[in-house]
Amino acid sequence: MTATLLLATIVKILIMVMFVLNLAAILTWADRRQSSMIQDRVGPNRAVIKIFGKELRLAGLLHPLADGLKFFTKEDFMPPNADRLLFTLAPIMAMGMVFTLVATIPFGDTICLHQFRLFPDFWHVHTGPHGELLDGVERWGTCAADSRNGYAPLELVVAPLGVGILYVFAMSGQGIIGAAIAGWSSDNKFSLMGALRAASQMVSYEVTLGMSLVGAMMIYGTVRLDDMVRWQQEHAWGIFVQPLAFFLFFAAAVAENKRIPFDLPEAESELVSGYFTEYAGMKFGMFYFAEYAEVVTGSMLLVTIFLGGWALPFFHRDGLLVQFGDTTLLRVAIPHVFVTLLGVLAFFGKVIVVCWIQVFVRWSLPRFRYDQLMKLGWRLLLPASLANILVTGVVWLAVDKAGSAASDGLRIAADVTQAVVAMAMTYLIGRGVVGMFGTVTHERNIIGTSAGIAARRGGTKTEPMQA
Amino acid sequence: MQSPWLSVLSFLVVSTLVGLGMIGAGRVLRVRARHDSPLKVRPYECGEEPTGPAWMQFHPRYYLVALVFVLFDVEAVFLLPWGVVQRELGPAGVGAALVFVAVLMLGWLYAVRKEALKWQ
Amino acid sequence: MTVLTESAARAGVDPHLAPASLDPEADLMLLHFGPQHPSTHGVFRMDLLLDGEMVLKATPYVGYLHRGVEKLCEKLSFVQQTPIVDKNDYVAPMTNEQALNMAFERLLGVEVPRRARWMRTIFAELQRIASHLLWLGTFTLDLGGALGGGTTLFMHCFRERESILDLFEEVSGARFHYNTHTIGGNRHDLPAGWDANVERALRVIESRLGEYEAMSVANSIFVARTRGIGVLSGDLALELGITGPNLRASGIDHDLRRDAPYGAYDELPVRACVAREGDCLARARVRVDEIRESIRLVRAGLAGLPDGPICGFKPIRQPTQVKIAGGQAYVAIEGPRGELGTFVVGGGDPATAPHRLKIRAPSLHALSAIPYIVPGHTVSDAVAILGSLDPIMGEVDR
Repeated sequence: MTATLLLATIVKILIMVMFVLNLAAILTWADRRQSSMIQDRVGPNRAVIKIFGKELRLAGLLHPLADGLKFFTKEDFMPPNADRLLFTLAPIMAMGMVFTLVATIPFGDTICLHQFRLFPDFWHVHTGPHGELLDGVERWGTCAADSRNGYAPLELVVAPLGVGILYVFAMSGQGIIGAAIAGWSSDNKFSLMGALRAASQMVSYEVTLGMSLVGAMMIYGTVRLDDMVRWQQEHAWGIFVQPLAFFLFFAAAVAENKRIPFDLPEAESELVSGYFTEYAGMKFGMFYFAEYAEVVTGSMLLVTIFLGGWALPFFHRDGLLVQFGDTTLLRVAIPHVFVTLLGVLAFFGKVIVVCWIQVFVRWSLPRFRYDQLMKLGWRLLLPASLANILVTGVVWLAVDKAGSAASDGLRIAADVTQAVVAMAMTYLIGRGVVGMFGTVTHERNIIGTSAGIAARRGGTKTEPMQA
Repeated sequence: MQSPWLSVLSFLVVSTLVGLGMIGAGRVLRVRARHDSPLKVRPYECGEEPTGPAWMQFHPRYYLVALVFVLFDVEAVFLLPWGVVQRELGPAGVGAALVFVAVLMLGWLYAVRKEALKWQ
Repeated sequence: MTVLTESAARAGVDPHLAPASLDPEADLMLLHFGPQHPSTHGVFRMDLLLDGEMVLKATPYVGYLHRGVEKLCEKLSFVQQTPIVDKNDYVAPMTNEQALNMAFERLLGVEVPRRARWMRTIFAELQRIASHLLWLGTFTLDLGGALGGGTTLFMHCFRERESILDLFEEVSGARFHYNTHTIGGNRHDLPAGWDANVERALRVIESRLGEYEAMSVANSIFVARTRGIGVLSGDLALELGITGPNLRASGIDHDLRRDAPYGAYDELPVRACVAREGDCLARARVRVDEIRESIRLVRAGLAGLPDGPICGFKPIRQPTQVKIAGGQAYVAIEGPRGELGTFVVGGGDPATAPHRLKIRAPSLHALSAIPYIVPGHTVSDAVAILGSLDPIMGEVDR
């Protein structure tokens, strides 16, 4: 049993680390590919592998691989006056903290493993007298401590910490240190200015990040991330109950990730590369990678707290249950294991969508100025997050006082939001599938003779250049 | 049941090892280049000879931001547990938090008025 | 010089203070901004004296791209100089050629046929559209970052500029070194169907210009970054000899196309685009307006394009054919960046080359505003101001 759990822990760590690592690597490609689509360019397509005489390009997906190889083999430059220890430590800290952060993020509901068997009983559905499922899982993720059926919980989170979100704050706060010591140790004025900007920017938005979550915690009544998701599964997604907090958190998370429009610490038109100006080779690669890993972890947090985590609309722990208030429209019993696996897929899918939205934001906005950034953080977002807390407190109080009629109405409203989410997701997935198989039309504006000749010969887009 | 902090610790170890491993692999695989040219090892300052050191006292404005941050972060520390048990506390709890936040907002207003948060 | 000292006093600095007088105890930072910097539009250098992020003093340095074009022109014959000056303002080669050849024509007393004048006007206006489009792209690059939203507009502007380069390529066979202006007129006549292509290109640019405006001068972050930044007063601009969109954005209604007509502008009335604020946003607005005005002018020019010869000078057979014994002439045209002048003194040795040739580059004068309008702003604003002045280092350093 212990061996099973130990194995499970290792598998969970691998799942999380691999997901973050790979999604971050793919994001470096997606960022370039997406920008090339927005900007009417071809985008990355140079990296190629030759297998049995066939060229494999994979729409540029090999570029992250090529980048990694390049980072490893590049000259590792260090300025002579740099603080050698801190200069080396900074990228490790920047990257390590991002990874440590994902330890508490749950990627699925609790599965109950049988104590004496390695694999749970997948196919057998234990049904109670009222059609409810009895597979040993109770509402808040604890397995029935019943020696008769002998189930033990397997939580799909690496470290189910009781402090939950506080740990996340503690870890995300460490990101500042990496940027700050990187800039300080480089002995470069641009780096120093970038580090100072990074420190005060991240410090400023950290406050908003924390404050915007207080409102969400008041609703959910817990600091544990998995319980937050369970609340959203039972009621409504966080984006509906805390819309203001959602946007505040999103803005603050983008600012914490130091991405456009908040990428002032590395503003390349002003500070060249900001705090990592002097970095080269793998150390630069780690900063580069940490940025994308931060995007992934930020998206994970956003999904967990505001977009229902692993929850899918109307999917409960024991099956599909379409219910408005007390009226049940549809009930399909599905084994808990399958619901959980579907939830895991949903969680990672949502994370990918949120990452994709962040890429969109990046490639369509110019950058703030530094004082405007501080002004936005301290004079708009912070008071807004405080006001959100107070309004939430008062409304919650009013709901508690209003009696059962109000709470029944809220329940129906919550179920309606689930329906809205379900319809939106169906529509988006449908559009995605249609778009995937639809033909791409590209309007080309050919003026001039040589452009016309090139177009008649197939153009440069379909004919790979022999460079 | 093992402590979840053990998992966190193992995660920390794994991530540090990943970081060290990346740097170590870079160290093994990197191109070795001579650093004998004084021009090459000079800190980057747009191709000009840097004037003055980069390690200098920076503007006190940054400290001010850090101070205000500490103020509001402590506020967050007090508000987080309150937020979790807010429903059990009832009207009195909301009232107390209201007063608490109001006092802090006075401080925020003072900071704004004094232009401590303004970047000139 | 009263205005100079006044604005320097307003900024709290002595513009003629030597940069070396830096007190190490004062917590000030002297930052070399350029020449190898992503947003100095080539190789321009500013020495910024910083207090935190605030610029106390900005000292511009030019000359990193000096190629000795004017000296080279003293050695080359008149005919050979046209493709050389193409590279001065490397964003607008057409207007460079035009200014140079107009100076030679004035010195020789050659009359340019009416068709050639109209063609030159059409070329110049198309070049103005291309130049301003490129400026819009690079300016948002300065504001929005090469790794973000700025690049998006940059790539889109480049795509539209590409269609204009295609048009020029159809006329001259080259995309950059057009060499289509010659003494007395034009070298190449318009190819058949060219006006339809122009109309097609203009329609696309016109239809997309609204989108680009929404991404730039109508975007709230863009406006926040540029409004009230780098205010250049009309008096200071006049005193520094700043011309073109930078001057018109400061409320001075001055446009050589209208005030001293050349080419076809005496028959094509030009509406000068003027703004009063003098800040970066005003400069951006003026340029976007000028794109619209130039589109109108190109259309009017094509509609009224007369028939006739395209060169009023005997065909050039060899480089040494044109000889000028003496005299001097100065011709200024309204280039995309302002008054682009060519001053030529004849009577060189041999007489096939000028004794002296001087190009008045509007970008150089625009850069001279930097010590006056950058101090008091942050580093980010310094980048925005530099970008909004639209300097082309090729013509600054020549």
